[in-house]
Amino acid sequence: MSASGWLQIVLLLAVLTGITPLLGGYIHRVFAGERVLLTRALGPAERRFSALLAGSEPAGQDWRGYAGSVLMFSAVSWLALYLLLRTQSIQPLNPQGFGSAPWGLSFNAASSFVSNTGWQFYGGERTLSNFSQMTGIAVQGFLSGAVGIAAGVAIARGFANRSGRELGNFWVDLIRALLYVLLPLSVLGSAFLVSQGAIQTLAGSVHLSTLAGGAQTLALGPAASQKAVMLLGSDGGGFYAVNSAMPFEDPTGLANFVEMVMMLAIPAALTATYGRIVGSRRQGWVLYAVMVVMFVGGAAVAYPAESHPSPAMRAAGAHGVNMEGKDQRLQVSDSVLEAVAGTTTGNGSTNAALDSFTGLGGSIPMANIMTGEVIFGAVGSGLYGMLLMVLLAVFVAGLMVGRTPEYLGKRIEAREIKLVTIGVIAVPLIVLFATAWAISARYGTRSIFNAGPQGFSETLYAYASQANNNGSAFAGYAGFVQPHAPGNIGAGGIAFADLAGGTAMLVGRFLPMLAALAVAGSLSGKRTIAAGEGTMRTDTAVFAVLLLATIAIVALLTFVPSLMLGPLVQALTPRLF
Amino acid sequence: MLRQLRSALVGVIALTVLLGVAYPLAMTGLAQVLWPHQANGSRVERNGRLVGSALIGQDFRGEARYFQSRPSASAEDPAATGASNLGPNSAALSRQIRARLEAFLRRERPYDPDLTAAAVPADAVTTSGSGVDPDISVADADIQAHRVAAVRGLPVAAVMRLVAAHTEGLAGGLFGPSSVNVLALNLALDEGRTP
Repeated sequence: MSASGWLQIVLLLAVLTGITPLLGGYIHRVFAGERVLLTRALGPAERRFSALLAGSEPAGQDWRGYAGSVLMFSAVSWLALYLLLRTQSIQPLNPQGFGSAPWGLSFNAASSFVSNTGWQFYGGERTLSNFSQMTGIAVQGFLSGAVGIAAGVAIARGFANRSGRELGNFWVDLIRALLYVLLPLSVLGSAFLVSQGAIQTLAGSVHLSTLAGGAQTLALGPAASQKAVMLLGSDGGGFYAVNSAMPFEDPTGLANFVEMVMMLAIPAALTATYGRIVGSRRQGWVLYAVMVVMFVGGAAVAYPAESHPSPAMRAAGAHGVNMEGKDQRLQVSDSVLEAVAGTTTGNGSTNAALDSFTGLGGSIPMANIMTGEVIFGAVGSGLYGMLLMVLLAVFVAGLMVGRTPEYLGKRIEAREIKLVTIGVIAVPLIVLFATAWAISARYGTRSIFNAGPQGFSETLYAYASQANNNGSAFAGYAGFVQPHAPGNIGAGGIAFADLAGGTAMLVGRFLPMLAALAVAGSLSGKRTIAAGEGTMRTDTAVFAVLLLATIAIVALLTFVPSLMLGPLVQALTPRLF
Repeated sequence: MLRQLRSALVGVIALTVLLGVAYPLAMTGLAQVLWPHQANGSRVERNGRLVGSALIGQDFRGEARYFQSRPSASAEDPAATGASNLGPNSAALSRQIRARLEAFLRRERPYDPDLTAAAVPADAVTTSGSGVDPDISVADADIQAHRVAAVRGLPVAAVMRLVAAHTEGLAGGLFGPSSVNVLALNLALDEGRTP
């Protein structure tokens, strides 16, 4: 641990807190259809795209209509990506001559990127052509992120609506999220990353002879443009197998800092957008404060944990910090902070091998994911996930004092609570069920790489990460055995892991989204009642504590037993397995 | 329903053209004009011949006159990156670390007799996250400086000064710790640049 490591955490949060109201206000104006800086430049394109998708007079949609458009758009996106991966060998821009992906891997990858997860059972640099990366993977980084932002904004509108059932028009929101938010920020972000050393070229591999006379191949491609949107849109997938550990994706400490800001910026800003939509900025700041507290808590546990040798290092007589799986330019401080940023957001981009984190250090990314991705979370889905937790907290508080719960002046009734319960419980159930299945079946344990409790941790992490649409991994867990022959990616797939993971990602994405849209539809236009003596205020520190406790209790009750079996048992013993 | 399907189809196609073709091509063009060195992989040439990338580590094993890179779980292959992914309580990992520690001491102790296991920095006995870590810690470089100096017939102090000249640390270490780029250091040695 070093003072500069802690200072970086403070600096990151200071920058983020500064960005949140600015970007949040900007996003609010964009979705309210007000003029912004980019309107003059992008207005004509926006109108053309909107007319193309929603007609010249876009009609407002109720929650069912909105959800229908989301599902239809995502289904077509899924099919497009699946077909692209299956026919890679006949597509252009494939200098390495990679073959097409097998069906199991294609199912998993298409589900991963359409569900804004970024989980990868493949290594991009030896599997995917530049064409697949650009027009398939990176495009879904934009589209799935924009779907999330649109859904988050629509749900916030439903919470705010005093009258009417309309949440907005999905196609209009989609285009606005892409043109005004993700695209301009991606242009700036990728330009900065290239200036730091990230690569951006259409060339294929470069072969060279090293200083010591060995052969080396640099796999090149359009990495920076893809990386930028993967960070901003919460998808988080890497151009290379090791994601941000690869210097071509994350070349310097400064680039790493900016990458963390890019991951956190939009999820954090959407709390401010939310505050503006519901007409009370304090409501947004309360959500932001809860997120920051949980973020700092995770970093404060993981950073010291990784600053000691692991049991494997101790037993070998080695000294110093746990550097296994970490790069020198990032060391422990930047690796841990990025792991916390990558798992509190639904991003999943990491610059170190989480599988080699210590028991305690590795339990933090896992626990972050297990909160249901509401500590910042992914763009849009983090906001509505948090709003479901807010309703749950309000409900619990109502039970304690025997009053009908209210939020923003609207009564929270049986229908809303049922939907909230579905939205909150569904994903943990998938995680636990899939993990139990995977570790009890022979075809499930084939994916495991490490012996002992770490093998269980890998499995638990895999399904927690996929079902919560995070995408980071204890990467020993394999769904696909990488063949060594180039151009041959059809060998050695583990169909169970591909299918179970892909299904978990799709259900984990769309079920909570539908539940939250339904809640928003139910709250939209509900009669508001004036706050009285007995009304619990939801814009205070007391409520922030209650919300924090609700999130922690739900996550702990659900996952502590399974965490004990995996990472925590390793944190408690120096034994080797 | 059909209207929605039409919008979705048109949307995916039109947006793929914008975001999957126009955007990456525009960024590639911009990058190639403004930052061609970085965009093409920060290539390092010597006498007009490509010898590596400044951002990618190389294997110098068996070459005592060179500073050695960190151990790699993926054979320092930037076209197939990978970490060991071995867990913190892995017996296999522990055996690997012990073997690397012993090898490190065997390699460096003849030139630095006071070297103890406790002084060997963690980065010298662990594999990196990328498998192509271009850097080593300053502590690692300072130990290796003894061997490199002896093999090359240079004063240790001169090699250590060269290490110091190649130590990178941004904003006083705020964004990442000080580290030494191995390829750059070895190239400087070959060119006989001793400060």
